[in-house]
Amino acid sequence: MGYFLLRRTLGFVLTLLTVSVVVFAVMNILPGDPALTILGLDASEEALAALRDQLGLNQPLVSRYFSWVWNALQGDFGRSHSFRVPVAELISERIPMTLSLAVAGMVMTLLVALPAGILAASQHRKPADWGVMLLSQLGIAVPAFWLSILLVIVFAVQLRWLPPGHFPGWSDPVAAIRALILPTVALGLVQSSVLARVTRSSALEVMRLDFVRTARASGLSRRRVLWRHVLPNALVPIVTIVGMQFAALVTGTIVIENVFSLPGLGRLIFQSISNRDLPTVQALVMLFAAIVVTANFIVDLLYVLIDPRLKSRA
Amino acid sequence: MRRLPANLLIGAVLVALVVGFAALSLVWTPHPEGVLNIRGKFAPPSGIYWLGTDQLGRDLVTQLMAGARNSMTVALIAVMLGGSIGTFLGLLASAIGGWIEDLVMRIADISFAFPTLLFAIMLAAVLGPSLQNAVLAIAFINIPVFARVSRAAANQIWTREYVFAARAAGMGRFAISRDHILPNIAAPVIVQATIEFAVAILAEAALSYLGLGAQPPASSWGRMLSEAQTLMYLAPQLALWPGLCIVVAVLGFGLLGDGLRDVTDPRLARQR
Repeated sequence: MGYFLLRRTLGFVLTLLTVSVVVFAVMNILPGDPALTILGLDASEEALAALRDQLGLNQPLVSRYFSWVWNALQGDFGRSHSFRVPVAELISERIPMTLSLAVAGMVMTLLVALPAGILAASQHRKPADWGVMLLSQLGIAVPAFWLSILLVIVFAVQLRWLPPGHFPGWSDPVAAIRALILPTVALGLVQSSVLARVTRSSALEVMRLDFVRTARASGLSRRRVLWRHVLPNALVPIVTIVGMQFAALVTGTIVIENVFSLPGLGRLIFQSISNRDLPTVQALVMLFAAIVVTANFIVDLLYVLIDPRLKSRA
Repeated sequence: MRRLPANLLIGAVLVALVVGFAALSLVWTPHPEGVLNIRGKFAPPSGIYWLGTDQLGRDLVTQLMAGARNSMTVALIAVMLGGSIGTFLGLLASAIGGWIEDLVMRIADISFAFPTLLFAIMLAAVLGPSLQNAVLAIAFINIPVFARVSRAAANQIWTREYVFAARAAGMGRFAISRDHILPNIAAPVIVQATIEFAVAILAEAALSYLGLGAQPPASSWGRMLSEAQTLMYLAPQLALWPGLCIVVAVLGFGLLGDGLRDVTDPRLARQR
């Protein structure tokens, strides 16, 4: 176990470092003068020189990379030009919004997909199965931003049941939850569809195995076999997907926050692009990529907890 | 003859519909593209404007057709570009093996840390938002996908007897890759390409919706939706059609890909 943990952790750190090199390289090596990008074409030569100095653009690329990583490890992501505050401050203000949205999306995904997938598997090749398969096929094809617009038109504009966007903050929990309902549904639908299909096929796979027949033959009820024997054994592929889905939900918030004007990291990234605030974009892209890598790392570790057989093969 | 799977047939019909719609726009549209008619804005569906007009009096059907053309072009270029580079790398990794194979696959692993959107955001921040950068981002994300699929398939073919025979006859690794491996991994690669086509259509729509893809006045389903969103109190019907087009296109290519996989790899089909 110790060796496995060490190997996986080393791999995780190495991946993060490589990702940081890629982010830094794309943001700094591609043609274009960051100072010019930030200040615009009509900036004076002195202002450009001062900004280049402030951004450390006069130093060699490699030392700039190392100081970026070193500072980031200590929680310093540089200063935002457009907001004129440390980027870390912007992130810590907005990360609760993004995470609550992603977690809500994950909860919805699990609540919808696991029962739907199990239902479809237990009703294999019957109408309930076809219904789940048809709906999930549609759910995968519907773009989240279009679904958002439709939900707003129906539930906010026409029926006026829920707000069309904006987030009032958690000081009024009821208003906050009401504001999160439509974004959560829009965010969670695609992932629910994917997970329902994976759950179904994984459960079907297990239901074919001998021990399930034995359990049924020894008199256990269908329901009990399904929840006690099939589901736990079907979990390995489900957990892989759930881990990747959490990463997808976090990056999915970028789109959803922009549709609903929610003050999270995804909205910040777009504000930073239009403000040509490169240090902020760089920090946020790195943060999102790091979340994806970390989610995959956690999945790797969970594997072994769920199925100790994998340890020797890992 | 075996019956063709339903997903293949439905997928093929939907794809033919969308591709036909896009191809038709090259030679004919109900109204000339890009013509404004401010007086005729928000016209309801009629004999002249089949689905009505938008806030600038542009014919909706014409715009949807141009959007289909844009969507197909972007997906085709991005998948071809990313697919050929990825397949080449996968073949290379499989042919050489050893540390080169490890390196290519490690790089592929790492690039999965960048969802298309994130990569497009980086490019847009540095180079400015444009359709070209969106295509590049989608193509780039396709490289590791195809590298994995083609390497896995190629590794299987390398153990076949006819490959041993070719090696014994003195053929080089690259000649074998070209003449024997590539034709035999075509099926999984084409299946993947069809599925990635659906993913690319969705990505283009999302990027254009967010302003990182097609720029005005180019027609794109994603951009039509972002304009419709600002008008949803006034003309909610404008948000309906572009979204439906995206769904039909994505569903079509997705089903076609699944169907092709079932036909070319019957082992998988039986498990379903």
